[in-house]
Amino acid sequence: MKGDFLIKKAKLVDGRGVHGTADVLIGEGRILSLSGGEAPSVLDASGMILSPGFFDPHAHLREPGQEVKEDLQSGLTAAARGGYTDIVSMPNTTPVVDNPEIVAALKKKAAQIQQARLHPAAALTQGQEGKVLSEAHRLQEAGAVMLTDDGKTNEDAGVLAQGLLYAASWGLVVAVHAEDAGLRRNGVMNEGAVSYRLGLPGNSGYAESARIARDLEVVRYVLDRLAAKAAPDRLLHIQHLSTRRGLELIRQAKHQGLPVTTEVGPHHLTLTEEALNGLNPLYKVAPPLRTQSDVEALIEGLLDGSIDCIGTDHAPHTQDEKELDLLRAPFGIPSLEVCWPLLYTELVEKRGFPLDVLVARFTDGPRRVLGFPPLHLEEGAEASLVLWNPSAQRAVEPQTFASKARFSPWAGWELKGWPVCTWVEGQMVCKAMEGEGIGQSAP
Amino acid sequence: MSESATPSFPKHLLDFRDWNRRQVESLLETAQMMQEVLARPVKKVPALTGFTVATVFFEPSTRTRISFELAARRMSADVVSFSGATSSTTKGETYRDTLRTLDQMGIDAYILRTDAAGVPHQAHRWLHKPVINAGDGWRAHPTQALLDAFTLREKLGSLEGKKIAIVGDILHSRVARSNAELLPMLGATVVACGPATLLPGSLPGATLTTSLREALYEADAVMVLRLQKERMEKGLLPSLPEYIAAYQVNRERLGWAKPQAPLLHPGPMNRDVELEGTLADSAQSLVERQVANGQAVRMAVLYHVLVGKS
Amino acid sequence: MIFKSKLLNEDEVRRALTRIAHEVIEKNKGVDRLCFVGIHTRGISLAKRLVDLVEKFEGKRVPMGILDITLYRDDLSEIGLQPKVRETRIPFDLGGKAVVLVDDVLYTGRTARAALDALIDQGRPSRIYLAVLVDRGHRELPIRADFVGKNLPTSKSEVVKVKTLEDDGEDAVELWEVEAS
Repeated sequence: MKGDFLIKKAKLVDGRGVHGTADVLIGEGRILSLSGGEAPSVLDASGMILSPGFFDPHAHLREPGQEVKEDLQSGLTAAARGGYTDIVSMPNTTPVVDNPEIVAALKKKAAQIQQARLHPAAALTQGQEGKVLSEAHRLQEAGAVMLTDDGKTNEDAGVLAQGLLYAASWGLVVAVHAEDAGLRRNGVMNEGAVSYRLGLPGNSGYAESARIARDLEVVRYVLDRLAAKAAPDRLLHIQHLSTRRGLELIRQAKHQGLPVTTEVGPHHLTLTEEALNGLNPLYKVAPPLRTQSDVEALIEGLLDGSIDCIGTDHAPHTQDEKELDLLRAPFGIPSLEVCWPLLYTELVEKRGFPLDVLVARFTDGPRRVLGFPPLHLEEGAEASLVLWNPSAQRAVEPQTFASKARFSPWAGWELKGWPVCTWVEGQMVCKAMEGEGIGQSAP
Repeated sequence: MSESATPSFPKHLLDFRDWNRRQVESLLETAQMMQEVLARPVKKVPALTGFTVATVFFEPSTRTRISFELAARRMSADVVSFSGATSSTTKGETYRDTLRTLDQMGIDAYILRTDAAGVPHQAHRWLHKPVINAGDGWRAHPTQALLDAFTLREKLGSLEGKKIAIVGDILHSRVARSNAELLPMLGATVVACGPATLLPGSLPGATLTTSLREALYEADAVMVLRLQKERMEKGLLPSLPEYIAAYQVNRERLGWAKPQAPLLHPGPMNRDVELEGTLADSAQSLVERQVANGQAVRMAVLYHVLVGKS
Repeated sequence: MIFKSKLLNEDEVRRALTRIAHEVIEKNKGVDRLCFVGIHTRGISLAKRLVDLVEKFEGKRVPMGILDITLYRDDLSEIGLQPKVRETRIPFDLGGKAVVLVDDVLYTGRTARAALDALIDQGRPSRIYLAVLVDRGHRELPIRADFVGKNLPTSKSEVVKVKTLEDDGEDAVELWEVEAS
């Protein structure tokens, strides 16, 4: 059999589990064979792991309008370098992504970049103003995969209910930034002992759980309204879950069969409010970094499936913006390029978290949230893949990021699991730099 | 030699996290000596000749600024002032740009006031020069706490075992936070009191209570904080009369404290709001003494960060 | 520090001060407008003795002040010490006065220089003399004393300690050696 690439002796891990080593032949955008073949390019992937390409349901790529922070070129390149083949961009840009023309334009431009693939999310309401619903059907036709007013909170429960009802007709998931604006106020970090001591405005974890509780009731209401029609298997997606209490509510709702899903970001799994002790706005993010107890709960939730997937909430800003003071610096942490090695190292290596579960949360989990079929390493499957090295260790060096946001709360952390190669539909879009453990040999 | 007992000092004063009791006491002793200079007919010494200090106030505060500037001038330092109100910060220049620009002009120490917590720490990271925090948001106002401690010790002697009540808007008060950090280091017990909506969930160094009677009971000294009137607009307080009825420190309530317990207020004062106006002028009030001592304390701080042993 | 020897005993100190008092009166042509200013700490005790001696010889008590020079030192940054600021009190007008600055030991000259600054900040004397009990050499500034109790050549590793009855319980000048560390 002949193909384009032959990846030899790679260990295969996908959302179904850890498999043995195989010689994976890629061609025509698909996996042609798991038992070798002929190809002009051959990679010796001994000691490395091949997984389906990662899918990020939550990234801010800032285009259009805020290209000084990030743009499609830098963001999608950063994604591919982080092992992502697919990425959902948030619509809180300037202007807001709330009409089919912008969605189509983004799709078109991203396709030309030939890095990770772009799946735009569109605004739930026009201008993300929380008043008039956006055109879910036309947006979907143009390529939108999700509706969300992320960046803002959905204060009007009635508008959210109508949005969910309407989106359900088209099988579109609605994602929410679940924080009660009144409880959150102008908090810049988790409210608790650390914020009280530091004298910084706090944002209580209850701002999140109170909003989740409300939204779950809204979902029940919407399901009642939908009763006559087919109940969807996906309806509401709760973004960037950060609290133990919020997780408990979602876990309970899932047990009761509610069509809700959720995600967690790498920062909420690896950092706590204690990071703010140094008074560095680098750690300012919304929802804020919580406590170790929350971190433990979220890892547990990620393991038992209460949390469906990892969403980076990659939120690039300029260095200057992040060096404003803690009240004025914008919320957000860039993470596309470190997310996988970070969680592989911190969860799998250090805590013994099952590798195949983590892979599932990067692949099948987000795909299911968005209504994409699972992607596994089998003959005939789409060749959107990431090859990564579980043993080579390297420090996080933000100055080498493809992202324009060249800062990181994990700067200097020694991580393993760095992606080596990323393929999108059989095309190699990203290859690690020289000397990073990629062996290439003649056939 | 007795001088060898002098502890080394952090070359900055951001808060008291990296200060210990010995350093604080040594600083207060220096302040005592600065009082001696202030008592001379010629209140000026050449100790800081050749040093240039900048007061960089991104939030207006005439009193603190004047106190610092006089302190610096009395030690013969050159003083330059940068005021946020008239500065380029409103034009989008960042704190970092502003400070780095000043740094190119050969400033030896920065006295920084901001409305946001943490800027002095950030400045310390950017500048590698002594930074003195003159108040950052709700977080810290270390020279105020030092002058409060100095004033209290002047009146009460040692603070060991003394109960100090702090009354008012604790949640938003850098003065309360710095005093809760400092006074227990000197042996005092701090009880912080205010309406529940103006108390943090916890405050290391202080016991929190909503009961004014409990806070003032047998207190050795009472510190009253300024009530910001915008707290009502933010829904944290029903009304001014309500606050006055429940939390104003008046003559009757001051009677719950020990007889002649000294009364402090960091200023500026809302007379007849947080404090019965005539009490501020009574023999128990140390308000004017606080202002006078502020200068000596700031002279001592400048002395230590600029020429003290690091 | 190791004690090496006693350079002056009680009698020798007394004689040195007596001689200084006479020389002051001589040089000033009497006690008109004369005053003494002692530098903390032992300079104050010595100044008091000189005032007493002048009164004994001339029958008139001249005014005396005390001076703290700590914050006038030019080496604060180098020594970096907790400043021991003490009282400066000159309870008379210095204007037009002939001031005798009194210190125990003249060494580098830095104390005397600081004392001149501190004194001039307090008023405008017509002239200033410097009187010291011991001049041990090693000057770093162009300063000399007008009245010297005793010239004692020393090495820099030595320390000259002046003791006074008021401050130390005895009058003496001792030589000590700094231990090599």
